[in-house]
Amino acid sequence: MINLTNIKKSYNKGQIPAVSNINLSVDRGELFGLIGPDGAGKTTLFRILTTLLLPDEGSATVDGLDVVKDYARIRSRVGYMPGRFSLYQDLTIEENLNFFATVFGTTIKENYHLIEEIYQQIEPFKDRRAGKLSGGMKQKLALCCALIHKPTVLFLDEPTTGVDVVSRKEFWDMLQRLKQEGITILVSTPYMDEANRCDRIALIQKGSILSIDTPKGIVDAFPQNLYAVRSTKTHQLLRDVREYPDTDSCFAFGESLHVTFKGDPQPLIPYLNKKGQTDATMEKIAPGIEDCFIHLLNN
Amino acid sequence: MRQLITFIRKEFLHVLRDRKTLLMLFGLPIAQIVLFGFALSNEIKNSRIAVVDYSKDPTTTRLISKIAASDYFDIQRSLASADQLHTAFKKGDIKMAVIFPASFGDDLTHTGKATMQVIADASDPNQATTITNYLSQIVTDYNTELAKDAGQPMQINPETQMMYNPELRGAPNFVPGVMALVLMLVCTMMTSVAIVKEKELGTMEILLVSPFKPVYIIISKLAPNLLISVLNLFIILFLSWLFLDLPVKGSLVLLVTCSILFILTSLSIGLLLSINARTQQAAMMGSLMGMMLPTLLLTGFLFPIENMPLALQLLSNLVPSRWYFIIVKRVMLKGLGITAIWREMLILTGMCILLFTISLKKFKIRLQ
Repeated sequence: MINLTNIKKSYNKGQIPAVSNINLSVDRGELFGLIGPDGAGKTTLFRILTTLLLPDEGSATVDGLDVVKDYARIRSRVGYMPGRFSLYQDLTIEENLNFFATVFGTTIKENYHLIEEIYQQIEPFKDRRAGKLSGGMKQKLALCCALIHKPTVLFLDEPTTGVDVVSRKEFWDMLQRLKQEGITILVSTPYMDEANRCDRIALIQKGSILSIDTPKGIVDAFPQNLYAVRSTKTHQLLRDVREYPDTDSCFAFGESLHVTFKGDPQPLIPYLNKKGQTDATMEKIAPGIEDCFIHLLNN
Repeated sequence: MRQLITFIRKEFLHVLRDRKTLLMLFGLPIAQIVLFGFALSNEIKNSRIAVVDYSKDPTTTRLISKIAASDYFDIQRSLASADQLHTAFKKGDIKMAVIFPASFGDDLTHTGKATMQVIADASDPNQATTITNYLSQIVTDYNTELAKDAGQPMQINPETQMMYNPELRGAPNFVPGVMALVLMLVCTMMTSVAIVKEKELGTMEILLVSPFKPVYIIISKLAPNLLISVLNLFIILFLSWLFLDLPVKGSLVLLVTCSILFILTSLSIGLLLSINARTQQAAMMGSLMGMMLPTLLLTGFLFPIENMPLALQLLSNLVPSRWYFIIVKRVMLKGLGITAIWREMLILTGMCILLFTISLKKFKIRLQ
């Protein structure tokens, strides 16, 4: 459904590289996630696929259509929700939706079943101007506008950035249901915890893809045992663990440290006790997407 | 078609809901009309004048050569009879005419007194007063000279007549100027800001990724501005008729047609500005600095173009408002028809088509 072959793109006449050597394919009906921090090149890929930017090298197709040659046909069949809230702030919810439905040559009625569930949540405020909506409601409205013409492919660039936890969860539930409708979805997010809601993900950093797999496949590929180490003096703990000779990697994850070892992990606790960390504990844990991401970055 | 109508309606909603801008748009022409009531006066050189000499004696010849020698005047032609004056004035070939009656030489030699007639085109009152004053000074000098030669006082009286605007009101000149300025500013600024706003807010991204054709985006953006500008035009015309006692002497239809032509030209300039501007501020500054200064300076309503250095005179040919200003003056003030302005109309049409084609070609269908 979506294919990228050796895509390369840079800005300012080649001075600022954005993405390079991107190879990626998304199957029909798949919910595919691009996971990476800000500045990784996610938006550039979205803009190439939505025909807004021309790639410097390589080729890409969406729904079998070339993004350079067939741009006009692609534009009429995809749905795109850019990273920033991009609706008319001075128009009401209903006016925005009506406008986008008409621009795409359809009516709200025609595809109401697609947006019904989402739209019902914001319908009580339909006469409110979009600029006065909360972050979660804005995203719901933007999704409605991107869906109203029943696109074959939906491009969502960081749809949950700046949205509260509850709305984020609701948003991902909606994406699951849209998938059931047969819509292919490419979604990007900087939140590693959202990766598990995708069928497959690509980890992307500094314009290159680190790995493409199912979330489970990526976690399973983590080659070492991972341990969580805790103590009350977190700051000193980080220094001490990094000084431990058998430590391979050590990163702070909230309250605890995630540590991998070159040798035997067991002598770490006595070592920490000697350093004065008398309440230090260690347990073996299953790695998350973020652990894999950091691991891939370091290798 | 339904898409286009919806889009245009959306544009109108944007305009109507932005109360501050709306107030400014309609406040601007009214404020301008009031402000420019106090126009400035300036030194004027090389005014083109015509001379009709029925007397043809040594005194008139000497006076004419003195006038010709002055920096202020440029004798365009010597006419055989005064009948041709009207045509010359209407064409704008001359700003002033000097007429010596047949009895001039006799009167002067026999009575020591003679009267000459001075007719000035007062549709630009400042200019008319200034140049008639220059002429009076030359005549006074000549009087002293003659008295010295003859050994007795000699008195030549210039009898001044102001044509087209006998009361020397400032309004006839600044109203066409305000029209050119307001229409130019409103059109370029509103259009460029409207398009750049979509870019800045990111809505342009969605619009581009839709089946909606770029040319429709342009048309929808221009439509409300065209309407507002025409509305503004009528406000200005109404205000000048009501308060300045300045009705449209020529055909209103012709004036409105020419104004729409000028509005479309200005809209195209706004479109062109928006293509390269990234922020609304940049678009605003571009239209203000890029359009207001040339319009103020090179249109000819604050400073006569005839007095400018050649380079600026040539440059002023590129300013659309210059041509529009001429059209309004001729149609509104002098009541002339299409035969008097077809050249200016043609130039405006050419500019309009050229600018619109360029902006259409340059309009970016992608983000880069």
